[in-house]
Amino acid sequence: MGDRILAVWALGVVLSLGFSTNATAAEKLMKFMVKDGAIAKSLTGKPGDATKGRKLAISRKQGNCLACHKMPIPEQPFHGEVGPELNGVAGRLSEGQIRAMIVNPKMANPNTIMPAFYRNEGFTRVLKKFKGKAMLSASQVEDLVAYTMTLK
Amino acid sequence: MKNHFQGILMGAVVVGLSGFAGIASSAEMTYKAGDRSSGYTYATKETQGIQDDDIANPAYVYVDDGEALWSKVDGKAGKSCASCHAVDSAMLSDVGTRYPVYNAKLGKLQSLEQKINQEREEKMVAKPYKWESGSMLAMTIYMRNQSKGKPMNVSIDGPVIPFFEAGKKFYDQKRGQLDMSCANCHVDNAGNRIRANLLTEGQSNGFPTYRLKWQKPGSIHRRFRGCNKQVRATPYGYGSDEYVNLELYVAWRGRGLSVETPAVRN
Ligand code: HEC
Ligand code: HEC
Repeated sequence: MGDRILAVWALGVVLSLGFSTNATAAEKLMKFMVKDGAIAKSLTGKPGDATKGRKLAISRKQGNCLACHKMPIPEQPFHGEVGPELNGVAGRLSEGQIRAMIVNPKMANPNTIMPAFYRNEGFTRVLKKFKGKAMLSASQVEDLVAYTMTLK
Repeated sequence: MKNHFQGILMGAVVVGLSGFAGIASSAEMTYKAGDRSSGYTYATKETQGIQDDDIANPAYVYVDDGEALWSKVDGKAGKSCASCHAVDSAMLSDVGTRYPVYNAKLGKLQSLEQKINQEREEKMVAKPYKWESGSMLAMTIYMRNQSKGKPMNVSIDGPVIPFFEAGKKFYDQKRGQLDMSCANCHVDNAGNRIRANLLTEGQSNGFPTYRLKWQKPGSIHRRFRGCNKQVRATPYGYGSDEYVNLELYVAWRGRGLSVETPAVRN
């Protein structure tokens, strides 16, 4: 209880000092077009970095794809069993389909447990700290697309 | 603030056998009822061993504390629980299987914690316990422990129906930035690993449960708050109507499983 009051108070101070650019209002996302279940174009207009993408897939704070997917990342001990194994996925899906899957898998399957990594609204009771924010930035999504495309 | 998604994944390492048949150390325990399994069946042999041994189980001191509180006079009326309820009363032997229950005067469900505080305020004229306090945990652990081995058996009939429906709706609602429902993890993925954590059916028959990660027992509402926060959803308050309704629904999901209080989990 005390925590919540403190948090509201702190936010008020931040707002009144004009520091807060993203704590309340939804952050702007890059525009993208979905066609036939795919997002053909890079969100940033540039290709991503597969090495960074691999790191994000491991990171418990950000991508954390390993939470649910088995991936060819042998140095990590625990791979999730919630989603399909991703090794070989680039042979099954196009780059645009993979991008759409990471951006918002609910477009393909509204009931999937997989989170949308590039969506910032339409959620229920998001913690204040994450309100209006997407889990990943556009360039992080592209890094993950680039890495996932190496899983042939 | 702690990153909660990270929280689940960094939690204690669980290396259990999913679907373990459950050869109980005490023959009366039912760890599987129909298609439902207690979290006990997913726990490691080691964790099961701690739960099975009343001396090794660190939550047993709460059973003793609760027993002492039961007959301790408190409040302006000069009464203890024992002034009105015999220690061997039928009420005490099955109360742990039945709550939350419908309270006609309140027109809604009441959890065991809320019933205890109602008795304290109305009958004993004593101060209510704070939800997650040592005294409340001792009293609820002591009371539920009197029902250990008996099947979970909440009523979902008559006036309870709308509250049950609300609990079910809560359970199936996706929440938080990760946009996951309780059912996504505990129905669709029970038995699957989410990184290092083995997901169970999320049954409540062991609560208040001693969590090795907490180094302390906690109420079922504490667990609900943790599960809400790990998907980056704003939790509800201890004793909120939302959580009491959810508690009923979760207890019904575990119908027939033995009360295990105080259980031990990762
Ligand atoms: C909480 C679980 C979870 C997380 C975290 C998760 N996924 Fe998934 N993912 C799934 C599930 C489940 C599916 C199966 C599709 C469905 O449910 O509709 C899936 C499917 C996919 C697919 C399509 C696979 C196929 O064979 O068709 C790709 C690609 C994918 N995920 C990539 C990722 C990447 C990259 C990340 C991290 C940025 C990630 N996932 C994080 C659960 C998850
Ligand atoms: C992101 C996945 C996830 C979601 C969503 C989730 N939980 Fe959990 N929950 C866990 C994990 C991991 C544990 C610890 C391992 C286990 O018992 O499954 C747990 C444990 C529990 C337990 C303790 C089980 C025991 O035997 O001690 C209960 C009860 C529970 N969850 C209920 C819920 C409810 C109710 C919701 C929705 C409000 C929920 N969970 C949402 C991951 C989740």
